[in-house]
Amino acid sequence: MGSFKQIDFGTPLSKSEEMITASINGEKISVPKGTSIMRAAKMVGVDIPKLCATDSLEPYGSCRLCVIEIDGRRGTPASCTTPLEQDMSVMTENAKLAKIRRGVMELYISDHPLDCLTCSANGDCELQDMAGVVGLRDVRYGYAGDNHLDAPTDASNPYFSFEESKCITCMRCVRACEETQGTFALTVGGRGFASSITAGANETFLDSECVSCGACVQACPTASLTEALIIDNGQPDRTVKTTCAYCGVGCSFIAEMKGNEVVRMVPDKDGGANAGHSCVKGRFAFGYATHKDRITKPMIRAKITDPWQEVSWEEATAYAATQLKAIQKKYGRKSIGGITSSRCTNEEVYVVQKFIRAAIGNNNVDTCARVCHSPTGYGLGQTLGTSAGTQDFESVEHTDVILVIGANPTDAHPVFGSRMKKRLRAGAKLIVADPRAIDLVRSPHIEADYHLPLMPGTNVALINAMSYVIVTENLVDQDYVEARCDMVSFKAWTDFVSQDANSPENMAETIGVPANDIRSAARLYATGGPNGGISGIYYGLGVTEHSQGSTMVMGIANLAMATGNIGLRGGGINPLRGQNNVQGSCDMGSFPHELPGYRSVTDDKVRAEFEANWGVTLDSEPGYRIPKMFNEAVGGTFRALYVQGEDIAQSDPDTQHVEAALGNLECLIVQDLFLNETARFAHVFLPGTSFLEKDGTFTNAERRINRVRMVMPPVTGKHEWEVTQDLARAMGYEMGYENPTEIMDEIAILTPSFAGVSFKRLDAGNDLQWPVNEAAPNGTPIMHVDKFVRGKGNFVVTEFTPTTEKANRKFPLLLTTGRILSQYNVGAQTRRTPNNVWLEEDVLEIHPSDAELRGIIEGDLVQIASRKGRISVRAQISERMQPGVVYTTFHHPETGANVITTDNADWATDCPEYKVTAVQVRLTNSKTEWQEERKNQVRQQRLIEAPK
Amino acid sequence: MPDRNLPRIYVPRDTASVSIGADDIAAKFAAAGFDVVRNGSRGAAWLEVLVEIDTGDGRAGYGPVSPEDVQSLIDADILNGGEHSLRLGLISDIPYFKEQTRITFKRAGDIDPLSIEDHIACDGFKGLGAALEMGPQACVTTVLNSGLRGRGGAAFPTGIKWQTTLDASSDQKYVVCNADEGDGGTFSDRLSMEADPFSLIEGMIICGYAIGATKGYIYLRSEYPLTAEILSQAIANAYTSGWLGRDIGGLGIDFDLELRIGAGAYICGEETSLLDSLEGKRGMVRAKPPLPAIKGLFGKPTIINNVITLASVPAIFVDGAESYAVYGVGRSTGTLPFQLAGNIKYGGLVEVPFGLTLRDLVEGFGGGTCSGRPVKAVQVGGPLGSYIHPSQMDTPLDYESFAAIDGALGHGGIVVFDDTADMSVQARFAFEFCEIESCGKCTPCRIGSVRGKETLDKVLADDNADENLDILYDLFETMEFGSLCAMGGLTPKPVRSLLTHFPQDFGEAVIRRTAATKDV
Repeated sequence: MGSFKQIDFGTPLSKSEEMITASINGEKISVPKGTSIMRAAKMVGVDIPKLCATDSLEPYGSCRLCVIEIDGRRGTPASCTTPLEQDMSVMTENAKLAKIRRGVMELYISDHPLDCLTCSANGDCELQDMAGVVGLRDVRYGYAGDNHLDAPTDASNPYFSFEESKCITCMRCVRACEETQGTFALTVGGRGFASSITAGANETFLDSECVSCGACVQACPTASLTEALIIDNGQPDRTVKTTCAYCGVGCSFIAEMKGNEVVRMVPDKDGGANAGHSCVKGRFAFGYATHKDRITKPMIRAKITDPWQEVSWEEATAYAATQLKAIQKKYGRKSIGGITSSRCTNEEVYVVQKFIRAAIGNNNVDTCARVCHSPTGYGLGQTLGTSAGTQDFESVEHTDVILVIGANPTDAHPVFGSRMKKRLRAGAKLIVADPRAIDLVRSPHIEADYHLPLMPGTNVALINAMSYVIVTENLVDQDYVEARCDMVSFKAWTDFVSQDANSPENMAETIGVPANDIRSAARLYATGGPNGGISGIYYGLGVTEHSQGSTMVMGIANLAMATGNIGLRGGGINPLRGQNNVQGSCDMGSFPHELPGYRSVTDDKVRAEFEANWGVTLDSEPGYRIPKMFNEAVGGTFRALYVQGEDIAQSDPDTQHVEAALGNLECLIVQDLFLNETARFAHVFLPGTSFLEKDGTFTNAERRINRVRMVMPPVTGKHEWEVTQDLARAMGYEMGYENPTEIMDEIAILTPSFAGVSFKRLDAGNDLQWPVNEAAPNGTPIMHVDKFVRGKGNFVVTEFTPTTEKANRKFPLLLTTGRILSQYNVGAQTRRTPNNVWLEEDVLEIHPSDAELRGIIEGDLVQIASRKGRISVRAQISERMQPGVVYTTFHHPETGANVITTDNADWATDCPEYKVTAVQVRLTNSKTEWQEERKNQVRQQRLIEAPK
Repeated sequence: MPDRNLPRIYVPRDTASVSIGADDIAAKFAAAGFDVVRNGSRGAAWLEVLVEIDTGDGRAGYGPVSPEDVQSLIDADILNGGEHSLRLGLISDIPYFKEQTRITFKRAGDIDPLSIEDHIACDGFKGLGAALEMGPQACVTTVLNSGLRGRGGAAFPTGIKWQTTLDASSDQKYVVCNADEGDGGTFSDRLSMEADPFSLIEGMIICGYAIGATKGYIYLRSEYPLTAEILSQAIANAYTSGWLGRDIGGLGIDFDLELRIGAGAYICGEETSLLDSLEGKRGMVRAKPPLPAIKGLFGKPTIINNVITLASVPAIFVDGAESYAVYGVGRSTGTLPFQLAGNIKYGGLVEVPFGLTLRDLVEGFGGGTCSGRPVKAVQVGGPLGSYIHPSQMDTPLDYESFAAIDGALGHGGIVVFDDTADMSVQARFAFEFCEIESCGKCTPCRIGSVRGKETLDKVLADDNADENLDILYDLFETMEFGSLCAMGGLTPKPVRSLLTHFPQDFGEAVIRRTAATKDV
C-alpha cells in the first residue's frame, strides 16, 4: 500500500469498445462492456467496501465485503467479480447488505490483533478503514477462539517483513506475485481455516524464489507485508512524484517522505513505463543516497597521491578553471574533454556538453553510451533514420512473437520483463537468442519456443542465417517492402543473404545452433506465429557490445523491415537501454560528432543555429570518442578530463589501459556521489546529487520524457547543472540558467524532436515520447508508422566477420559479461544497499563439464586469465551456461572484471566488445596482482585530510 | 479372454466387495477351475459379496458370500442348481432389485465392466449412433427435453448448460466429468464407474459431440484407487478398440479422454475448484460469472457434469427423451440412484424414479435402522443437506418437494440415524467439516465455520446461550448470503434443520427459541 493513496477502482479497466448503460443506486452510467459493478460504482463516486479487490489485479471475490443486490436477481453477488450488464439496476447499500458486511468484518476482526494504535499500518490500513466503513462496533465472538495471532513474523527480507498474524488471507500478495510480477513465489498453504500465505515451498521470503520486487507489499491491504522503513519510521507526511534512476525502463515512483527522509518509494499506477510495478532496485534500493560514503563537499588535490582537501564550491571551481586554462594554454584547445552521464538528467547532460563545446571550445564530449548502445544509434540511424527504439512498452501487449536477442529483461529490465512475461503467459511465442539460458528460457508458466544458444560473437552469422531462411522461403512481406523500403538496397540485401554461405546449414557450426532450430525460429518470427500475427524484437547489450555491434543492429533492422514488422503496435525494434537516461544523454548531444538532437557538428547550418543561441563560434570538427581520449592521454596530448557521473575506471574495458590514461592526466575532474574508481585518479572532486535531489527529466528506453523531481534538497548545496555552469563561468563563458526549466526551454528551441517539450507540459501530466513537435504535438509512442523517418527504409548488407578475439588452446573458453537483478552496473548504488544479500561478490558462472575438467567445484576461487590480464573470483557451477562459455558480472570494483576485457570494439562506433573475451580458467588460492595492488592503492587514493 | 468352456461365475469387483474379500473369493473360484467374470456390483451392499451364476432363466445369486464360503459353494455344486444356505434365487426376483427402475444402472452387475463387447451387446454405443444422426443442436434439445438435471447436487438443467457451451464459440472446448464424489454416505458415482464405465465414456463422447468438444477429462477422487484402475483399463480398452481417439468407431468424430486423480480435497468436487485443480493449481473456488460453460478449463468453454448425469445420457438417446421424461414427477424427471447409508438395515444403491417418499426408501428398501431402533433423523443430500425429522418421512423424493421443506436431494445420499444419536454432535460436525474442507478463499466459510463451531459449543455449554444463539443465527446469514460457493453457503443448512427439529439435543436455550419460533 501507499499512504497517499491513488484512486483504486477495485478492478482493472475494461478495454472493450462496446459501451453499456445501467444504473447504480438509481444513477445512470455508461461504461465499457466488461466493467465490474465495483469499478462502475466508483466511476459515479460510489464506494463499495472491499478488501481483496484492487485495480492492479484481476477480481477475485474472496473478502465478500463488496456484496450488492441486483434488481430481478437472486442473491448478493460480489460487485468485483460481477460485470455490469446492459439495463442492470444495482443497489449498493441497504440494511441487508450492511448486515452481511458487518457480519463478514466481525469474522475478520475475530482473528486479527487489536493493536491498531501501535501497528505499523496505523492510518494506512484498508482493514481498519473498512471496519470503520461498515460500522463494526463489537466482535461478539470474543477473542478466545481459534486464531492466528501467534503466527510467526518472517523478517528475512532486508526491506520488508511478513507479519502473518495480521494477514487476512485476501491473496492480494499471491496474485500480485503471479499477475503483476510473474514470479509465482507465493502461494497459500493449508486448507480452510489453516490457510496461510507461504513463500516458496515453506521457505522464508529470502530463501524462496521471491525477487523482492515489492508487488506483494504494494498489494497488501494490512500491515502484514510492510516495509522495514515504515515499521521503523512510521507513516510519511508528504509525497513527491519522480522517476527511478536505475535502468532504462524509467519507472515512475511516488516518493513518500517524512521531512527530508524517504520512507517509502511507491510505484506510480499512472506511470507510463511501469503502470504501478517496480523491482527490487527502484522500490527499495535507494538507501545509497544517504549512505555514509557520500561525499558532500568539494575537494581538490595537486597530486593523486595527496590526500583530498575539502574546499568551498568557489575554491573548487576556481581551482579547476585555473588548471584547465593552463592546460589548454600549454597543450592546445583539444587537450581537454568531457564525459556526460546517462545517470544524470537531460538538463545536466545538456549543460555539460554545452560547457565542452562553448566554454572549452572543442567537441571532445562523449558519453557512457559509447560503451553500451552507440551501435544502436548508428545502426538504426542508417536503416530507419533515427537513433531510438521504435515502440512504447505497452506495445508488447500486442506482440505475437517476441524475439529476445542478447538481453535479459527479467534481470536487467525487470519491470518491463514482467510485462513481457504477462504477454507470454497470455500466449505469445518466444524466441531467445542468447549464449546463456536466461530466466525467460524457462520460468514458471513460460517456456521459450526456441532457445538459440549461439556462441558469443556470432550474432551476425545468426541474423544472416535467419534472413536467408526468410528470403529463400519467400517469407518476405513483399507489399510492405515495396511500399516502404528502398528497393535498390533491398535487392542488394536479398542477393547477399540468399548466398549459400549464409544458409543455416552452412552457418550452424559457427553459430553453435542446429540449422533446424534456426530455420524454425526464422519462420516463426517471419510469420508471427500460427495466426499470422505481429513480431517484435527486444535486444540489449548482447547485440551492441561486439566488434560487429553496429552490423548486428542493422541486421536486426533488415529482418524487421523485410517481414513488415516496423511501424505497427506490437512490432518494432526495441533496444532495452541499460541506464535510466542513456536515451536522453544521447539525445542531448553527448557525441563528439553530434549536437543535441543528433545533428551533425560538421553541418554549417546546424552549427549556426547553436552559435546564434550560445553566442560562440563552435568547432566544426568532430571531437574525440572516449577510447581516443584514453589513447591520446596515454600518448600525452590529452591532458584534462571532466567526468560527470560515470565510473570509467571500473566500467570501461581493458582497465589497465584506462588506468594508464587517467594516471597521465594533469587535471581530472570527477563529479559523482562517491569516491569511485575513477576518482582515485582525480584532482578535483565535485560532489554530485542523487536522483532524489535532482530536478529535471530522464528519457527512458521508449523515448518517454519523465520528470525527475526534487524529493529532498541537494545535500551538497548545489545542483549539478549549477556546478557545471559555475565552472563555465569560471572559464569565462557566461551561462545564466536560473532553473532547469530554462535549460529544457533552450533544448526545445534547438532540438526539433523536443520542440513541444516543456516542464510545464510534463508537470501538467502530459505523457510525452519524443518526437514531440508540430507533426506530433502529443508525442510519438510508435515511430515509423506510415513511413520511415529517413524516408525509405534502407537495407544494409551485413557480412559476417568473426571477431579477432578467438578461443585457442591457451584461452579455450569465451567469457561474456552481464548483470544480475539485484545489482546495477558498477554497483556504486546497489552495493551501498542491503541488495548485497543477493550478490556479495561477482562470481564466474561455468558449465559443470568445464568445471569438472578443471577440478573446480562450487565456491572455489578461480583465476580468469585473458590476453589482457587476470582476475580471481569464486566459481558458480551453472547449467545456464553451455560448455565453452563462461559468464561474470562487473558489479564489484574489487573484482576488476574489465581487467580482462579487451580493447576490441565495434568497427563503426568503438563500442567495446565486452561480450567476447577468450579466457582460461583455473583453480587458484589467491587474488591476482592487479586486485592486490588496487587494494593497496585504494586507501591511499581516497584519503581525505581532516578539516583544519 | 474368458474360456467359454469353463464353468462361469460372477464375482463383483467393486471397492466395497473387494474390501470384504471379493478378490479372495474370485481367486479361490479361479483356482478351482472356474471362469471367473469380475462384474460390477449391483449396489446391494447388504448382499455383498454377491456371487452369481448363469441359469437358463437368468442370473442366480448367492450372498453375502465370504471367502470361507467358497469351498462349500463349490461343494454344493451350485452351477448345477445345488442347494446352499446363501442361495438368493434369481436376481430378477429379489425385491430390492425388482422394485427399482434401473436406467442409469441398467447394465450394472450384468456385464463385465471392461468388456467393450458386453457394452455393445447391451445397447452400448447405440445412444452415440442416435446422437450422431440427429446433429449437435438436436442432441442438446434431446437432453433438454429429457428434463435431465445435474445429478451432482445442484440439479441445474443439463440441457441448458449444454446449450450455453454449444453456443459459445471457441477453438477448443472441454467435457469434464466430476467424479470427485466426496459427500459422506454417497457412492453412486463409484458404483457406476466400477460397474459400467463405458456408459460414462459414451455419455462424455455424446456430450463432446453435442457441444463441440474433442477432449474430455474425468476428475476422480484419490480415495477411489480401484475405480481409477478400472477406469484406466476401460479408457485403454476404448482406445484400443477405436472407441476413443480419432474417428471413433468409424463414425467420423474425434474424442480424447484422460483420467485425472484429485488430491483429497472435498472442495474439488465444487466445479470451479475442480477446474483449478485440473489445471494443476491449488483447488480454489472461482467466482461466477464467468460460468465454466463459457470460460472453464484453461479458459475455454467447458461442460462439467457429474458421473451419473453423463452416464444417464446414453440411455436417453437410445430410448428417446420422452421415455426418460416419463419417469418422475413435475420438473424432477427420470430416475435418481439414491444411496442408503448410515444406520440402515439394507444399505446400498437404489435407482428409482423421483416421487417415491423418503419412507418408501428408508423403511421399504432400507428396512429401517440396522439397530432395529426407531429412526431419529435422516440426512438427505450429503453433509450440506438438511436433517429430516421422522414427521417429514412422507415427503416425496423430488427436487421441489424437498426444497419446500428446506431440504435438498443433492447427490442422493441418505444417511439414517436412530434414536440414540446426539444430533448436537452432528451440528458441530457440520461446522468442523467446513472448517477442514473449506478452500479458504472466502471469509464467511474460512472463519465463519470455526466461529460457528465455537459459538455452538458455547450454546451447548450453556455459556450465555441465548446471546450466543443470536450470534449463531446471524452467522448463518453471513455464511448463507456472503459465501462464495455452496460449501459455506449451505453449511448452516444442516445446522438450522437440527436446531429446528431436535432442540432437545441442544439444551434449554434452543428449546425455548424453537418453541418461540413455532408460536409465531
